[in-house]
Amino acid sequence: MSDNQKPIVEEREHVVIKFAGDSGDGMQFTGIRFSETSAMMGNEVSTFPDYPAEIRAPKGTVGGVSGFQIHIGSSDVITPGDEADVLVALNPAALKANLRWVKKGGTIIVDIDTFTPQNLGKAGCKPNPLHNGLSREYQIIEAPITSLTKEAVKDLNVDHSTALQSRNMFALGIVYWLFHRDLKFTEEFFEKKFKNKPEIAELNKRVLNAGYNYAMNIQLSRTYIVKQAKLAPGKYRYINGNVATAWGLLAAAEKSGLQLFLGSYPITPASEILQEMEARRDLDVIAFQAEDEIAGIVSTVGAAFAGKLAATSTSGPGLALKSEALNLAVMLELPLVVIDVQRGGPSTGLPTKPEQSDLFQALWGRNGESPIVVIAASTSDNCFYYAYLSAKIALEHMTPVVLLTDGYLANGSKPWKIPNLNDLPEIKPPIVKAGELKEYLPYERIDGTFVRRWAIAGTPGYEHVIGGLEKEAVTGHVSYDPENHERMVLERENKVKEVQKDIPPLEVDGDPEGELLIVGWGSSFGHIYTAVHELRKEGYKISHAHFHFINPLPANTEQVLSKFKKILVAEMNRGQFFRYLRSEYPQFDYRKYNKVQGIPFTVSELKEAIKKNLEE
Amino acid sequence: MAATDNTPKYTFKDFHSGQQVRWCPGCGDIGILRAVQTAFAQMGIPKEKFVVVSGIGCSSRFPYYMATYGIHGIHGRAGALATGIKLANPDLSVWQITGDGDALAIGGNHFIHEIRRNIDVNILLFNNEIYGLTKGQYSPTTPKGFKTKTSPYGTIEDPFNPGELAIGSGATFFARSIFANMNLSVEILLEAQKHKGTSVVEFLQTCVIFNKHAYDHLIKGPDKENNYIIVRHGEPMIFGKNKDMGLILDEKSRIKVVKIGENGITEKDLLVHDAHDPDPMIHYQLAALEHPVVFGVIRSVRKETYEEALYRQMKEVKEKSSYHNLEELLNSGNTWEVK
Repeated sequence: MSDNQKPIVEEREHVVIKFAGDSGDGMQFTGIRFSETSAMMGNEVSTFPDYPAEIRAPKGTVGGVSGFQIHIGSSDVITPGDEADVLVALNPAALKANLRWVKKGGTIIVDIDTFTPQNLGKAGCKPNPLHNGLSREYQIIEAPITSLTKEAVKDLNVDHSTALQSRNMFALGIVYWLFHRDLKFTEEFFEKKFKNKPEIAELNKRVLNAGYNYAMNIQLSRTYIVKQAKLAPGKYRYINGNVATAWGLLAAAEKSGLQLFLGSYPITPASEILQEMEARRDLDVIAFQAEDEIAGIVSTVGAAFAGKLAATSTSGPGLALKSEALNLAVMLELPLVVIDVQRGGPSTGLPTKPEQSDLFQALWGRNGESPIVVIAASTSDNCFYYAYLSAKIALEHMTPVVLLTDGYLANGSKPWKIPNLNDLPEIKPPIVKAGELKEYLPYERIDGTFVRRWAIAGTPGYEHVIGGLEKEAVTGHVSYDPENHERMVLERENKVKEVQKDIPPLEVDGDPEGELLIVGWGSSFGHIYTAVHELRKEGYKISHAHFHFINPLPANTEQVLSKFKKILVAEMNRGQFFRYLRSEYPQFDYRKYNKVQGIPFTVSELKEAIKKNLEE
Repeated sequence: MAATDNTPKYTFKDFHSGQQVRWCPGCGDIGILRAVQTAFAQMGIPKEKFVVVSGIGCSSRFPYYMATYGIHGIHGRAGALATGIKLANPDLSVWQITGDGDALAIGGNHFIHEIRRNIDVNILLFNNEIYGLTKGQYSPTTPKGFKTKTSPYGTIEDPFNPGELAIGSGATFFARSIFANMNLSVEILLEAQKHKGTSVVEFLQTCVIFNKHAYDHLIKGPDKENNYIIVRHGEPMIFGKNKDMGLILDEKSRIKVVKIGENGITEKDLLVHDAHDPDPMIHYQLAALEHPVVFGVIRSVRKETYEEALYRQMKEVKEKSSYHNLEELLNSGNTWEVK
C-alpha cells in the first residue's frame, strides 16, 4: 500500500461479523477465536453459533452451511445482532444462505477460488451472484483464500488436506486487519494448544498472518475500530452457557459441602455439560455417562438418596424420557437438578436450533399432580447463577428443579466477570446427622416450610425405605387411604409454593406502570431488552419484565402486571408462557408475539410487534 | 462368618421392618425374604450400610419388608438406582431386587449395562416365568408355547435364560438358587456379598396364583434330585438321588450327562467345577443347561469394578491436575483484567 492511500478508519460503536462456510470448515472455531480476541481487547461481545445437525452435511450445499455470528461493541451488546456488517463466506452456499442477513452496504469477503461452476451448481447459485450486481449493494472482497493458503504453507512439511484445513485462519487474518485486532491472542492460543505439534501451530500462525498481510496489501478503502467497553472492574473470562451451567453446579457443590454427581446421556445441545463434568474428576465430580436418558436421571435419584448434590442434563426429547423418574423424585422428595437445554421440537425436531417450547413439558409433563420448581436462565453467563440457585432451591426445599436454558444460551458466549465464591448465598440442606433425632420419620415436615428432613443412606439409626407408592403422611409407610393421599398431594404442592419466599421479586425495566409491558422469559432477554431500549430512545413509553422463576412465580407478579393496560408476551414458541400467565392471572389483557423458526428474535421484528401492539 | 468385636451381631429378626408382608400365602418370595434376612445377619455389615432397591412387580415390594435403607423405585430401573447409590458411596452394600419382567423386559437395557460395567451391586432376580402383579401375562422367561392371559394360544417367542444373558453381558458372578432351598440360598447370598463386582443371583420362585407348577420337577416328588445339580467350586459335578449321575465334556466340548458305572465312567472322569475360570465357556453352558438345572455359584471371577476404576481415576487425575479447587478453575485459561 502506498502512503497516500491509507484507508479511512471509521470508529463504530457496534459491529456484527458473521463467519460462514461448510460444516467442516471450522467456522465455529474461527468465530470463537475472533470473539476471544475482541473480549480480551476490551469489547463487549455476544455470539450466536448456527450450525446444522449433521456433522458433515453434503459439502457445498446450503443445508451444510455452518455459521458463527459475533456482535462486538463498546456498550449494550446483549444480542448477537440482527444483521451482519461483515460476512465471510468460504463458499457459494455460505453466501447464498447468509446474504439476506447482511446489511445493505456491508462488506462481504468470499473465497473466490471456491466459486467454480461445480460449487455454484451445488449451492443452487445460477447465475453467479457475484456477477449479478452484488457489488452495487455491498463492498465485495474477492480473496483467493484457498490458493493463497496453499502458497503460504508450501515450504512447510504438511499434506494438502491439512494445509487446506487452515483456510479459515486466512479468512480470520483478513477480518483481524479489517478491525485492527491484535494477532497475539490467537497466536498464543495455537502455541499452547499445539505445544506438542509445533508444525501445526506454525501452519496456523503462518496462514493467519498471510491473511492479515493480504488484507493490508489489497488497498481496502475502509477499516473499523471499536472502542473498549466500560465494563465493571474485575477479572474477566469468556464463557458459554453450557460451561457456565456446569460451573454453577460446581459452585453449589462447594458451598453446600456436598459432592456433585451428574448422571447423563449425550444429547445435542446439552452434551457439553456432561463433557465438562467428566473432565472435572480433578475437582471430585462423579460424572456418569449412563446407557440412556432414563438411567441418567435414575442414577441421579440414587445418588441423591446417598447424599450427593445430584444433577442430570438433557434436551427436550431426553426430558420426555426422564419424566417418569422425575416424578419418582417428586414422590420421594429428594433434591435433584434437571437441566433442559431446549431445542426445536416436537420429536427430534431441530437438534441444533433454539426454541422455548419445553415450558409446558417442564411444568406439567408428568402423570398425577406433580409440582416442581421451574427456573429459566436468560443469558449465557447467568446460566452460572441460575444453575447455582437451582441447586440451592433443590437442596434446601428437597424438591426436583428443572432449569431451562436453550441452544442459543448453551452455545453462545459472553465475557464473564469471574465471581467471588464468597459472594454467593449460603446453601443449607436439611441433612440430619446421626444422633440428632431420637426417631427419624421420613415425611415429617419441618415447621412452616413443608420440607422433609434428609437422612442420608449410611447414617446409623435412620434406616428407612421410601418409594413411588403413595405414603402415609409423617411415617412414609405405604398408604392407600383417600384422605391421606389428598393431604400428601397438598403437602407436595405447598412445599413448592413455599419456594416463593426464597426468590427475588420480579423487576420492571422502565416505568412501573403504563400502557404496555413486554414480558419475556429465558433467552429472549437480550433481544427484548435491546428492542425496548431502542424504542424508548425513539420516544415510546414501554416497560419490560423478564421472568427467571416460572414456578413458583415471584410473589409480586400479579401486582406488577396490574399496573399495565396491555401485556405483550414474546417467546420462541406458540404462546406457552402467555397461556400460563393467563391461567394464573386471568384478569389482565394479554397479547402474544411468537416465533418458531429455530432462530432467535431479531430486534427489528420485536420493535415492529411492540409498535403494533401499542397502536391496537 | 467370624465376627470381630466391632462387628454388630444380628439375627434375621433385626432385619424385619415390621411392615405386614403382603405377598400371597405360599408365595416363593417369602422364603427368599427369610433367606436374605438370615444372610444379612451373618455378613458382619452394620445395618445402616445396607441399601435395598427394587423396581416394580411383586418381588419389588421387598424393600418395604427390610429394616434397612431402601427405595422402591420405578419399573425396570432398579439397576440404575443401584448404580447411582453405589457410585455415590461405594461403602454401602447395595442389593437390587428385581423380577423376570422388571430386569429382562422393561429393564433389560439397564440389566446388561450394569453387568457390563461390573458395578459392585448384588442383583437378586426372582424368576417365576410370569407377570404376577398384573395378574398373569407372559414374561421374557415364560417357556415358548405357554398359555397365559396375553398368550391364550401359547406364546410364540423364545424365552431368555437369565444366566446366559448375564454371562453374555460379561457377568463376573452368576449363581442360581430356588426359593425352597433356604440353606443353599443363604450360602449363595453370602458368596454374592463377598464378590467384588456385579453379582447376579437368579432365584427360581413359584407364583402360587399364576404359575404354580413351574418348578414342581425341582421341588416335588421322589425323583426331584435327578432334575438338578448343585455345583461348588473345586468339587466334581455329581448329582441324582443316588449320586450316580454327573457331567462331563464330550468330544465337541459340550456338557453331557453321564451315568457313573456306565461305559466305564467313574467319578474321576467328571468335570470339576472351576467357578473362577476367566473363560466363561463352561459357565455359559452350565447356566443354559435345562436338564439337570444347575444351582450354586456357577461363575465368580475377580475383575476391577467400575467404582474402583472410577475412584482410582479420580485420584490419578487429581494428582496431575493444574486446578485444585473451583477458584483455580474459574481463573484458569485466558483471563483479563478490567480496571
